[in-house]
Amino acid sequence: MDLKEMHEKMVPPMIEGDHTFGTVSDKIGDVALKRKTPFHWFIGFAIAFIIAQLLLFTTIWLLLKGIGIWGTNQPNGWAFPIINFVWWIGIGHAGTLISAILLLLNQKWRTSINRFAEAMTLFAVANAAVFPLVHTGRPWLAAYWLFPYPNVMGIWPQFRSPLIWDVFAVSTYGTVSLLFWYVGLIPDLATLRDRAKNRYFKFVYSVGCWGWRGSARHWHRYELAYLILAGISTPLVLSVHSLVSLDFAVSQLPGWHATFFPPYFVGGAIYAGFAMVLILCIPLRHLYNMKDFITKTHLVFCGKVMMATGFIVLYSYAMEAFFGWYGASQYEWFMIKNRIWEGPYWYMYWLLLFFNGACMQVLWFKRFRESEIALFLVSIAVSIGMWLERFVIIVTSLSRDFLPSSWGMYSPTVFDITMFVGTLGFFFTLIYLFVRFLPVISIFEVRTLLPAANVHGHSEDFEENVLEIEYTYERTDPPNRD
Amino acid sequence: MPSQDSKKNFALLRDRILGRSGKDYWRSLEEFVDAPEFEEFVKREYPDHAETWDDSLSRRNFIKVMGASLALAGLSGCVIQPPEKIVPYVSQPEGTLPGRPLFFATSYSIGGVAMGLLAKSYDGRPIKIEGNPEHPGSRGATDVRAQASLLDMYDPDRSQHVQFRAEPRSWADFQTAFRAAIDQDRPNGGAGIRFLTETITSPTLIDQFKRLQAELPQAKWIQYEPINNDNALAGAKMAFGSTAQPIYHFEKAERILSLDDDVFSGFNVAYLKDYAAGKAWSPEKTDINRLYVVETTSTLTGAKADHRIAVKPSQLTEVAKAVAAKIGVGGATSTYTDNGKWIDAMTRDLMANKGKSLVVAGRTASPVVHALAHAMNNALGSVGQTVTYAEPFSPGTDRAQTDQLRDLVTDIENGLVKTLVIMGGNPAYNTPNDLRLDFNRLNTKVPLRVHLGSHYDETADICHWHVPEKHYLESWADGRAYDGTVTMTQPLIDPLYDSYSKYELVQLCFKENFDKKDYDIVRAFWQTQNVSAPAAVATTAAAANTARPTAASPANNASSNNANSAPASGTTAAGRGSQANTAGSAPAATSANAATAFEDRWRKYVHDGFVGNSAATAKTVTANSAFLSQPQPSQPAANGDLEILILPDPNVYDGRFANNGWMQELPKPLNKVTWDNVGLVSPKTAEKLGLNQSNRAEEYVGGDHGIAFINTKGTNQFSDTVDLTYQGSVIKNVPMWITPGQPDDTITIFLGYGRKRAGAIGNDIGYNVYDVRPSTALDFGTGSVKKTGEQVTISSTQIHFNMEGRDILRSWDLEAYNADTKMGEQEDMYPKSLYPYEQHQETYEHHHRWGMTVDLNNCVGCNACVIACQSENNIPVVGREQVDRHRMMHWLRIDAYFGGPDINQPNGPHFQPILCQQCEQAPCEVVCPVHATVHSAEGLNDMVYNRCVGTRYCSNNCPYKVRRFNFLLYQDWDTPQYKLMRNPEVSIRSRGVMEKCTYCTQRIAAARIEAEKAGLSKVPDGEIVTACQAACPTNVFTFGDMNDPESQVAKIKKNDPRDYKVLNELNTQPRTTYLAELRNQNKEMPDYLNPETPVGENLSQSPNTL
Repeated sequence: MDLKEMHEKMVPPMIEGDHTFGTVSDKIGDVALKRKTPFHWFIGFAIAFIIAQLLLFTTIWLLLKGIGIWGTNQPNGWAFPIINFVWWIGIGHAGTLISAILLLLNQKWRTSINRFAEAMTLFAVANAAVFPLVHTGRPWLAAYWLFPYPNVMGIWPQFRSPLIWDVFAVSTYGTVSLLFWYVGLIPDLATLRDRAKNRYFKFVYSVGCWGWRGSARHWHRYELAYLILAGISTPLVLSVHSLVSLDFAVSQLPGWHATFFPPYFVGGAIYAGFAMVLILCIPLRHLYNMKDFITKTHLVFCGKVMMATGFIVLYSYAMEAFFGWYGASQYEWFMIKNRIWEGPYWYMYWLLLFFNGACMQVLWFKRFRESEIALFLVSIAVSIGMWLERFVIIVTSLSRDFLPSSWGMYSPTVFDITMFVGTLGFFFTLIYLFVRFLPVISIFEVRTLLPAANVHGHSEDFEENVLEIEYTYERTDPPNRD
Repeated sequence: MPSQDSKKNFALLRDRILGRSGKDYWRSLEEFVDAPEFEEFVKREYPDHAETWDDSLSRRNFIKVMGASLALAGLSGCVIQPPEKIVPYVSQPEGTLPGRPLFFATSYSIGGVAMGLLAKSYDGRPIKIEGNPEHPGSRGATDVRAQASLLDMYDPDRSQHVQFRAEPRSWADFQTAFRAAIDQDRPNGGAGIRFLTETITSPTLIDQFKRLQAELPQAKWIQYEPINNDNALAGAKMAFGSTAQPIYHFEKAERILSLDDDVFSGFNVAYLKDYAAGKAWSPEKTDINRLYVVETTSTLTGAKADHRIAVKPSQLTEVAKAVAAKIGVGGATSTYTDNGKWIDAMTRDLMANKGKSLVVAGRTASPVVHALAHAMNNALGSVGQTVTYAEPFSPGTDRAQTDQLRDLVTDIENGLVKTLVIMGGNPAYNTPNDLRLDFNRLNTKVPLRVHLGSHYDETADICHWHVPEKHYLESWADGRAYDGTVTMTQPLIDPLYDSYSKYELVQLCFKENFDKKDYDIVRAFWQTQNVSAPAAVATTAAAANTARPTAASPANNASSNNANSAPASGTTAAGRGSQANTAGSAPAATSANAATAFEDRWRKYVHDGFVGNSAATAKTVTANSAFLSQPQPSQPAANGDLEILILPDPNVYDGRFANNGWMQELPKPLNKVTWDNVGLVSPKTAEKLGLNQSNRAEEYVGGDHGIAFINTKGTNQFSDTVDLTYQGSVIKNVPMWITPGQPDDTITIFLGYGRKRAGAIGNDIGYNVYDVRPSTALDFGTGSVKKTGEQVTISSTQIHFNMEGRDILRSWDLEAYNADTKMGEQEDMYPKSLYPYEQHQETYEHHHRWGMTVDLNNCVGCNACVIACQSENNIPVVGREQVDRHRMMHWLRIDAYFGGPDINQPNGPHFQPILCQQCEQAPCEVVCPVHATVHSAEGLNDMVYNRCVGTRYCSNNCPYKVRRFNFLLYQDWDTPQYKLMRNPEVSIRSRGVMEKCTYCTQRIAAARIEAEKAGLSKVPDGEIVTACQAACPTNVFTFGDMNDPESQVAKIKKNDPRDYKVLNELNTQPRTTYLAELRNQNKEMPDYLNPETPVGENLSQSPNTL
């Protein structure tokens, strides 16, 4: 077996079918441009959009009445909103990881899934950002008092508070994710501009692509910008959820007060994020017949990442319990006992172990790793499990802390649920719009996966390839004027 | 000419208004909106708004019309001036400064026992009740009822005008009608007239009735209230041959035996003070009193007991006899054989302390028990030492109140009653079910029924005339304290509504001089009394200068004000009652000297709030035990397998506080239930009856956990309801509550709920016990329960009554502790911190350093501090549904934890008031993103309400969970009465804001300002008294400057080895520290808990007997 064969065996092809540069552009671009909007899109969008109204109405009611419409109460000062916030933020992480870290690590398989993973990140962050704001008692003040804006009173936010760190972390994360996603979109928007027949579409794409012509200089600058953004994003993957975890770890509440929270949370975030990637891409590759680009290989890789991060999470659970037992604090040990078997929410912990721990184990087997249905179900389970994890961390800790006299149970109200379901609706609304109007898969990057793109040396092939690339864009770059 | 037109329209409108009276007067407002004149008027005056008046009456329009009505009321005022005297401050009354509070001595009576108070008045509005430090029945402290009485005054549901058959009338109309009825009966000597009051000790009112007796010899005065002293008086009669009122001296009692007497829940603050004096521990006084309790349900007194047994109500008499036999009361024999060792050891202890022991008997105990208690006190040599006797302060005690009521009902049935005057009380609701003064009984039999009461309640509903009664803060009155001291009540504010007092109503019955104000009546009475004139008269008292509620200066305030002959006039110079004027024109006296002497005397009375040296003289009585050979009154027939005990509710009492939101939301001391009354049942009985068994109780009982409360699953306490049959009548849907310490096969139910016409707050809550309470079995009897199979939610603020072995509430054995006072020492956590703390310490050195100690040993859990805090700090009431969601707002709460290894024989619950601990290293401060909670240079955790955005992170990180969040708009911003009531020194928090205790920072600031004005660099110790501290009858709280080595709080923290920090290991360095509770156990007792065998997992290190 020579090296080439070995390579092919180890790294299965990232693209299937008999594609050329042109067919790739056609296939992906046509979803947005040519193909008639499929009926299932309308159905799905309508459902998502209607559900999203729950978010709107709940938020309005919330602003009118106060957060007392939720079930949040005295010992449980945080509940559903913060659970949802952490859950959504966590989901976002996979997108950034795929785009940034895998880019830096030169992992080719990211190419087919990074676009919608990044979109997912963006939309998840948008959803997450709703909660920390509206969960405050006076959001109209919290909206700007948490930012360090200069004011005549000389009052600044308190920089010791993890909530302030959160504000910075999440806003940075949101901004960088948006830039990253958008910069990556520019060449594709240019492609769409060039191919669009509808003049309105053409106009919008023209504005969106900032006059991209695909010149070598454009490409050069693009590559540089993308690399820098990837560099900036990479630490964010780790930092954002670390900071979110500090919201808990900095406090002294048993069950929150733990030094290993940052890696624990980051692991969990990526776990949840890949689950969401799978939840999105499995239907996508069927509905839009993208099986050539999102291949089995991609799914298997996602599954493997999920397994790895899943075990980080399981290890963290084990450590949490171990620290509780091994540490000298009676409150910590009580918390563990309370959480796992003595307390009123014990079943939540076991549900968590089932969804987050047990379901994932099927991925040990190749058969399940390669089965879309199995992967899809596991992903759903993991999403539920990760939500439960945050519930267990937040509610079981708060409901029984130091003074037994203050213990109190938490139960959500209908508004807690509509708020959460509403964000799901909002998320899928955005996803649907994205699928309809933008290239769900990076066209130009997928083209680099084609064998035709992998030509080495100055050969005739190279000339051909270059010519073909140039041909794809109707206009060529003017001569270098520098 | 528009001006002509508008004048014409004004005239039209005015005529329309003035053409109406009473209810129509108000109703006409609505008609106005439709009237063409009005429309035209509006069009001309406010062309832009004209069309809005065409709308039907929306809320917006309603408010506009309200506004218009005020303007129109002004219009009508242009013509007929009501007889009002509006006197601006041409010369400002001495001591009165706008924005500066004044304190006036007044008093509050319940059950005929008056408690002296100082009411804090802000610009003429009473806003806070404090105790009168010089009054023997208060000594500066108050109880929960006095504190909450303030809210009663501002209750928007109070009736506001005289009514005849629910139609508004004027006082003049009533006078005419009422006097006509009296005059009609005058030839018969008033044979058809009956006055029904609650227990009255007011010397003036008694005198009025006495004088009335001369005019109307056949008229009768009946005193009845559901919670009375019938049993005690009957017992005294048995023992002494005549009625006598015992006055206890707990401070002299080293051994106390309570036979079902819940002394601590009673409204006698003086007793609590005395008890606390004996219970107090300090390094200098290591000997403390010992309390034995035999009781029939779990009570506050039982919770504080050093040894306690629970017996069935029916057994109490026999237990008392058994105790009496051991003590050596001649002729006492008992059939009670249980708890022999307990009684043996206990009586030995009592006998060993002859002259220093005391036996007290409870209100619900049978007369025999009371008689036995007297005999036992006699045998123990306590009479004259720990107990003295006095003639009862209320007349007519020869006949029990229930019998008086029975006589009245008989007279009514026989058609003898022509005019029934009900003054105070609520007999249509709270009389026994066989003697109920209800509509059916009165309708045809009594032609004229008059009700004087603060609310249009159940009784008003069945009366022809309803006259609103003045609140005590609006009226002149007098009464007697527990020891007989004559106590004065003076108004702080002109009556808010058209209301009258009992004195004024009784005065109407006289032939002459019938139209007098209560001020004139009370004053005239005291003019005839020749109480030895006190020497010093405080007319030259120093000008009012501090806002301090205790010590002498508030009294000075009052005095300087009285000296100005304007007793009730902070701002109410506009006196409809015009007390000021009358006060100025003293009746012509034959001797100018006598007049001056009386004036001085009178001012002194009013200024002090009581008549000095007027306590009752001791009555010499001799107890004999001949009653033991008398035949005993038969017990009510047994008709059920359970015993039912009926008690007044700890909060709403007999129902009079049912419409008081503070009282409704106040957690009941023992089980922290709010907004409801429950039936108490013991764990064993609950198991037997299958009640509340679904709450996963078992895991919290016994073993490592010590004792936990049973009804503890979830936020919502689901309680099984039962249909309870008592003496043949059924109460539907009584929610059951498992209570450790409740005797088996006994269910305790509470009076005061199930009201139909209490008001917006109190209507239709809970079950009504009065409907099943016959006059033959007022307090206890037999009954049965039947499970309904339904569950209801009970809102309780505490759901877990077990400390889980944590070092939170320290309750130690006295002897073990005295042997080793160092045993509670805590590790100093400062050196363990990674961060040096010196720089803060330096800051603190230049400032005050506020600190507090809370003495758990003295705390009896009476809740006075909770309401005092609520009143002082404008804390809102959130309502039942919100409490159910665990969102109560009390800044100060009293935690309760049960102790002991056996759930059926618990000790406690023990009480621990928890307020903000003002941590030096406050976990809340560092996590607030907007600096809304910050540390002051004086070491307080300040809460900046207008900076708070409500992330609630501070609350999550507070290990004491003392922070409270406004989840919704809890404050009532609209009701005008509440606007008057609020303390202007404390901001009203809105929605979305966190709030908490700040050691009454407004009081600190006031004292600091005064000290600075006086040129002092520091506030002297004792100048600042926090609201909880001021209210506390047992000196639990000590507050002061820890930097001042001479301050009391610094001394306690330094010298008292009981001092400890809750959750010390978290290194929060709280400034509120606790002093451990000590239980003075008797080693010979069978229920002695060995302090060497701790219960719980972590107690091997701490000698906690909990």
